[in-house]
Amino acid sequence: MKENNNMISLSVNGLLVKVPEGTTILEAAKQLNFRIPTLCNHDDLCVAGNCRVCVVEQLGGKSLVAACATPVSEGMQILTNSLKVRAARKHVIELLLSEHRADCTKCYKNGKCELQDLANEFCVGDHILLDLVEQREYTIDMFSPSIQKDDSKCIRCQRCVRTCEQLQGVNALTVAYKGNKQKISTFEELSMAEVICTNCGQCVNRCPTGALVERHYLDEVWDAILDPEKHVVVQTAPAVRVGLGEELGLDSGNRVTGKMVAALKRLGFDSVLDTDFTADLTIMEEGTELLTRLKKALVEKDTSVRLPMTTSCSPGWIKFIEHTFPEYLNNVSTCKSPQQMFGALAKTYYAQVRNLDPKNVVSVSIMPCTAKKYEANRPEMRSSGYKDVDIVLTTRELARMIKQAGVDFNKLKEDHYDSIMGISSGAGVIFGATGGVMEAALRTAYEIVTGKEVPFQDLNIMPVRGMEGVRLASVRIEGCKEEWSFLEGVELKCAVAHGLVNARKLMNGVKSGEIDVHFIEIMACPGGCLGGGGQPIPTNDEIRRRRAEAIYEEDMSLEYRKSHENPEIITLYRDFLGEPLGHRSHELLHTHYTERERY
Amino acid sequence: MKQQYIKRVELIFEKVDCREIMGTIMGMDPDAICQEVLDSDLKGRGGAGFPTGMKWRFAAQEKDPVKYIVCNADEGEPGTFKDRQILDEVPGKVLCGMAIAARAVGAKNGYIYLRGEYKFLIPELESAIDEFHRLADEFNLDFRVQIRLGSGAYICGEESALFESIEGKRGEPRNKPPYPTSSGLFNKPTAINDVETLVHAVMIMKYGAERFKELGTKDSRGSKVFSVSGDTPKAGIYELELGMSVHEFVEEFGDGDTKAVQVGGAAGFCVPRKKFEETIIGFEGVPTGGSMKLFNSTRSMYNVLHKYLDFFAEESCGQCTPCRVGCQQLLKGVEAVKRGDKNFRYLDELVKLARTMKMASKCGLGQSVGNAFGSIVENFREEIIY
Repeated sequence: MKENNNMISLSVNGLLVKVPEGTTILEAAKQLNFRIPTLCNHDDLCVAGNCRVCVVEQLGGKSLVAACATPVSEGMQILTNSLKVRAARKHVIELLLSEHRADCTKCYKNGKCELQDLANEFCVGDHILLDLVEQREYTIDMFSPSIQKDDSKCIRCQRCVRTCEQLQGVNALTVAYKGNKQKISTFEELSMAEVICTNCGQCVNRCPTGALVERHYLDEVWDAILDPEKHVVVQTAPAVRVGLGEELGLDSGNRVTGKMVAALKRLGFDSVLDTDFTADLTIMEEGTELLTRLKKALVEKDTSVRLPMTTSCSPGWIKFIEHTFPEYLNNVSTCKSPQQMFGALAKTYYAQVRNLDPKNVVSVSIMPCTAKKYEANRPEMRSSGYKDVDIVLTTRELARMIKQAGVDFNKLKEDHYDSIMGISSGAGVIFGATGGVMEAALRTAYEIVTGKEVPFQDLNIMPVRGMEGVRLASVRIEGCKEEWSFLEGVELKCAVAHGLVNARKLMNGVKSGEIDVHFIEIMACPGGCLGGGGQPIPTNDEIRRRRAEAIYEEDMSLEYRKSHENPEIITLYRDFLGEPLGHRSHELLHTHYTERERY
Repeated sequence: MKQQYIKRVELIFEKVDCREIMGTIMGMDPDAICQEVLDSDLKGRGGAGFPTGMKWRFAAQEKDPVKYIVCNADEGEPGTFKDRQILDEVPGKVLCGMAIAARAVGAKNGYIYLRGEYKFLIPELESAIDEFHRLADEFNLDFRVQIRLGSGAYICGEESALFESIEGKRGEPRNKPPYPTSSGLFNKPTAINDVETLVHAVMIMKYGAERFKELGTKDSRGSKVFSVSGDTPKAGIYELELGMSVHEFVEEFGDGDTKAVQVGGAAGFCVPRKKFEETIIGFEGVPTGGSMKLFNSTRSMYNVLHKYLDFFAEESCGQCTPCRVGCQQLLKGVEAVKRGDKNFRYLDELVKLARTMKMASKCGLGQSVGNAFGSIVENFREEIIY
């Protein structure tokens, strides 16, 4: 990259500032503590300059310029709040409102809508422009179990389009038509349920209004809780505990595990359990699957065994590979995700131990994810004989439930998960961060093979951590036990990717032979689950880093750090499953995948 | 006989020997070509009027070894049809103009972005391109031209939207800066000129800058091809010296009952009868890409305005708020005033809105909607209301 030492001097509202060449007016103003309002701009996305809310006046210029899209130049004099700017900005907000169905009090995003905030800030009360929404036909797409798309609330900022294209490389959402007919749509205007959409929900995380929101199922959960016949178990995914606080008034990076458990108990769940437990179980199954594949490939020279093996925890990734790399479906681990393993056990093992009729067990999961809602509805996810996971809520929905119930979250005393299926290891927790599944798997697999701990200080496998899009790492296996002697001296090569655009890069590398590894971890969302589509809004790199730090702190704080040492896992195998990849595991914990169309 | 006010010119359609021009430019230093064009004061004939020589020099100064020449033949402005005639009659001259630009800028590849409806021109154009390539080889000019066809979107005549379209993307204007001369087609330095400008460059190379400057006024040098339509007995294509007043133009082309002239198409200005004499057609007055539409007293200016707004509401790319929503608001707004649903004072609110569109829109489309709107509402207010 070119070294950029040129500093540019400019003035903003009469105050002088020096910034590096290439800085935008928006950033320069921020340095002087002037916030210029924006809508289409987002930290994670490329500049669009579409909404024009951020227009500012450049003295001597004929027209106003978009602060987000205009780089500074020497001697520039910018006014961010002049008469011209105020008039134009108010007009722009009024225009946006005129094509936005502003039924705010009924809107799911009420109070969390960026357009609403701006309208409020600029006192656009009785705006006089004509209402264009009522004269127009619009669709509300509710076909997807994950995402609801309401075109009448769309302000065409195209954040979702850029998210889908640049962060995820999916291109399910795109701009269609022009002028007064322009809208954000899909291939042939099919519903979100019928196209390549992976349900990752990254668009939901970035939509400034209520045009894209998660399908919400709070009432169904309340109904189950308040039904005396039902025994409602709830599982909480690893990343929820480092995100939930943000939705309840805390700064990002707060671990609220204990408070969350306490809150869930107060909401009336019959049993508050942990997805981390089945994350540990996933490691047992998936680690064993990897070692078995390696053995078959390396020792038995079985050419039908596919390597590299990829993880299967992220339902966004699963749908993505089904659409885009179906020829690699046999490379995907057959393990269900921790959520679905939990669901399958909740209505079998758990019901059996607690002496419950599985038909009365309602299994609810709290996920940082919107794709999990889709996953729970997959037809193959009914191996308990019932729907394994009945209802999936996002982190955001849980926060709303807590508010609805009037629970004063921040004053709660920390509580502990119930048992059984409530104990977990640090390895289970780090599933919530990109690289975490890889690290957890290595901690266990290495020890199975060598009888020794992975050779990294404090078990922290730093090379697989971080926020780079695609990371490659390797571990040399030394001192194998006899039955694993074929792995002696083998350099176990791994790759980690997060964000589907990086997943595509990685898979293209595998396809071309450029990337030659044994094991691949892919998470659909930037940063892994902690940056999931069901996590608190807003999101950006900094917020995701803080959540990741919190996850790794949580790992260090736990008694057990390795999945195979989780005592409840040991009991589960002893009393119920037998052994990893055993008959019962196969029935309950493993699945298969389907090739899907490419649109 | 009526007095002849306007000088007819025959430069654009004059048949020239392109071989001779090629010889001239290959013997010239590239910067000398820029200088000659700069000296001629030639301004872009698409309507915006940027000095062509300056555009070429900016592109020439870029270090990137890959540069492009683009000929904008999208000709989408309502009421212009002169590029079609130029491409039909003198395609060799257009290509020769591209060669001059290529030589000046240092580009090896050129594109003609042809309006979708002009598909029928392709066979002739292709054979002209083949002939041109042979000529270029003869003079060792490493420059190749290909055609890209538009699909009917007005916005694709905007230069950066045009680049997006050639690149195979949705035609939406880009943020500026960067400007095309530093980052244009495929993000490479690009000189983009409209058809007529390129042909003028040929004539400047043939006769010299001084000769070009003999025609026109200080701010608007040379001649210009006009597409004359509307209420006129003489609809058609005319090359005229720049600098005439609307009055002189109407004397020549009007039907004796002209009440207004729309200069520059939908994006241009409406000049009412009372301002005919004071208004100069050119960069000092009302600039035009060539479209001249005359309206006589049988026409309702409400209908004229409504047509334009309807056009804009549909042809806005939809990307930026002021243009996408603003156009619809203006359209629905004048309808509401006409119906009586809105008070006549609402027109003043719409004029303010049009001003915001001019100030805050991302590209020339949204910025120019206010031209027609403002000038029609200002001058024919009673026709809009009653």
